[in-house]
Amino acid sequence: MVSAISILTSKSTEQTKLEALKEKFDKKTQQPVDHSQFAELKKKFSTPQQVTEACIVCHNGRAQEIMRSNHWNWERAEYIKGRGIVYLGKKNAINNFCIGTEGNEMSCAKCHVGYGMQSSKTFNYKDESNIDCLVCHDNTETYAKAQEKGGAPDPSLDLSLIAQHVGKPKRTNCGVCHFFGGGGNNVKHGDLEKAMFEPSKDVDVHMAVEEKNLQCVDCHKTENHMISGKMYSLSSMNRNRVLCEDCHNESPHNDAILNKHTLKVACQTCHIPTYAKVNATKVAWDWSSAGKLKDGKPFEIDDKEGNHTYLSIKGNFTWGKNLKPDYVWFNGTAGHYLLGDKVADTTKPLVLNPLYGSYNDVNSKIIPVKIHRARQPFDPVNAIIIQPKLYAEKKGEGALWKDFNWETAAETGMKEVNLPFSGKISFIRTEMYWPVNHMVASKENTVKCVECHTRDNSRLAGLTDFYMPGRDYSMIIETAGKAVLLLSFLLVLVHGGFRFYSSRSEKRKK
Amino acid sequence: MKKKFYIYRSFERFWHWMQALCIFFLAATGFEIHGSFSFFGYQNAAKYHNIAAYTFIVLIVFAIFWHFTTGEWRQYLPTTEHLKSQINYYLIGIFQNAPHPTKKTVLSKLNPLQKLTYLALKILVIPTMVISGLLYMFYRYPQKGTIEGLNIGSIEVIALFHTAAAFLLMAFVIVHLYLITTGATMTSNLKAMITGYEELEDPHAAHQPEATSTIKTELEV
Repeated sequence: MVSAISILTSKSTEQTKLEALKEKFDKKTQQPVDHSQFAELKKKFSTPQQVTEACIVCHNGRAQEIMRSNHWNWERAEYIKGRGIVYLGKKNAINNFCIGTEGNEMSCAKCHVGYGMQSSKTFNYKDESNIDCLVCHDNTETYAKAQEKGGAPDPSLDLSLIAQHVGKPKRTNCGVCHFFGGGGNNVKHGDLEKAMFEPSKDVDVHMAVEEKNLQCVDCHKTENHMISGKMYSLSSMNRNRVLCEDCHNESPHNDAILNKHTLKVACQTCHIPTYAKVNATKVAWDWSSAGKLKDGKPFEIDDKEGNHTYLSIKGNFTWGKNLKPDYVWFNGTAGHYLLGDKVADTTKPLVLNPLYGSYNDVNSKIIPVKIHRARQPFDPVNAIIIQPKLYAEKKGEGALWKDFNWETAAETGMKEVNLPFSGKISFIRTEMYWPVNHMVASKENTVKCVECHTRDNSRLAGLTDFYMPGRDYSMIIETAGKAVLLLSFLLVLVHGGFRFYSSRSEKRKK
Repeated sequence: MKKKFYIYRSFERFWHWMQALCIFFLAATGFEIHGSFSFFGYQNAAKYHNIAAYTFIVLIVFAIFWHFTTGEWRQYLPTTEHLKSQINYYLIGIFQNAPHPTKKTVLSKLNPLQKLTYLALKILVIPTMVISGLLYMFYRYPQKGTIEGLNIGSIEVIALFHTAAAFLLMAFVIVHLYLITTGATMTSNLKAMITGYEELEDPHAAHQPEATSTIKTELEV
């Protein structure tokens, strides 16, 4: 009865809920103003800073909002369990892709919402004219930042045209950085890549062009330039998360048993069966082979699909497409390896951003993740991960990407971050966990029950701290139970056989 | 002297066959949920298992009511009388075409081994299945869910009890299906459970004229 009632009620609420959402996103919003009509913008801009100053004339106070954001500061205060409050962000975090930005800002700052970041230490975070309004608000889809110019735009752009056509950020604005993090399309996330500019329904049911065509900011709701949502590669606290439940409710299924799952299983776990659906994502990066030269020149090797499998500047890569995620318990908090942390145990891979959670933790749910594995440079004497100098403008400044010498790159890099370097380099295995949240499948294509509830090759085979029907059983009960059944069957056979035999001999006597 | 007696009344037969259906269906869906095989599809198996479980529980409630209102519960009172001879019969006598040591009558339909087995089913195995099954449906984890009092950390213990009892019930079914054939004839037990009538020794035949005994039988009906 109870489940019958809950089936009825959940059915009726979900229909109205989903219908309301569909109706909401069917409405086409128009730009409230036409920027091309503003006198302030009807002029020739010779520098991008002039555009910013023009924006600020009307949009007063907005610059201060940006200057409080992590898109600008490249750090935010995070509480990490066991070590307290840490200022963490692109400024100082270590990952297992290009390792870190420090010392390499001229290249990395291509994705900074500002102009002229030569170094994160010397950059003037108080100068509002260096805010890059256009990278997020350009609606012409022509704006582009220049390579290795500390965040400056491509000099060939028509800044006046762009300034006259600004508006709410679209997928293209977010995607130019977030789809290409780590040095190429889909390198980092696996679920955020250029196919998401114009995804089909097979790629993402929400953002599908032929469906509701949701833009990033439809879910990543933004107030005063504070964008909701973040990645646990750079954050540690259970706050400011974007959840499916922000729009859908917690029991959205017509099936009461499915609704029960939402207590312990995140929506993404069933609704994102595979990621990297269109283009491959990087799953492993081996820095140890970087630096090889052919005839004194750097070279690259590509696979059939055009993905780099070797680059002299970066080493060897492994790519994966249509991947099944890995699964972990996650309560919204994460740890972080910070530059200078001693690594005690190098026999196991070092997890740079361990996601916390367990079955017994009431706040934990199972989430899908992409695990990115790497071998990255390490100082075995000081037991710390090396932040190498990767990028420099010229040869001879110690940068790996110009000089192809690990020793000088490590020495220069560590000097720039004020850490000791013993002169020895080894390579240790590291892992990063990237929660998979996009590329949501249509409901017909979700993960089937039996893909987890099965004894062999369960998707959740790695999560062994709880009992799951269909996957788990007690060896004792299973063996004893089968033995009892077999014995009963044998008993019946033997008893029946004897009866049959004795009745025949009775008849023969007669 | 053998007479036809009406020993299983309509509700009793309905209850028996509904119960058989429920148990077979619950076993098929249940062992699929357990991961033993796949047939219905996991989601269907889980859904059907729950529906069958509610059906079975409703049936059990009616059966309990019936047992007490009719007094039929007394049929299951355990006894040691003839227990030994019944065991001996199944081990030896049955092969020598010996007669059943206990006489089946309307007032005592079950032999002492049946009494013990069915009582164990009624007070141990079925309650274990029902209680662990209800806990399976309504446990509250973690600090959310249906019933606050059923706040538990893990369904493992519930699941293991449910599985163990399921194995026992299946073993019972195997032996029960075989023992059907050990009646007066191979099919007399089965026929009785279908039609309600079975030819039994008339306990009054030796002392009373035939006519009166017929009336008596009808009265008992």
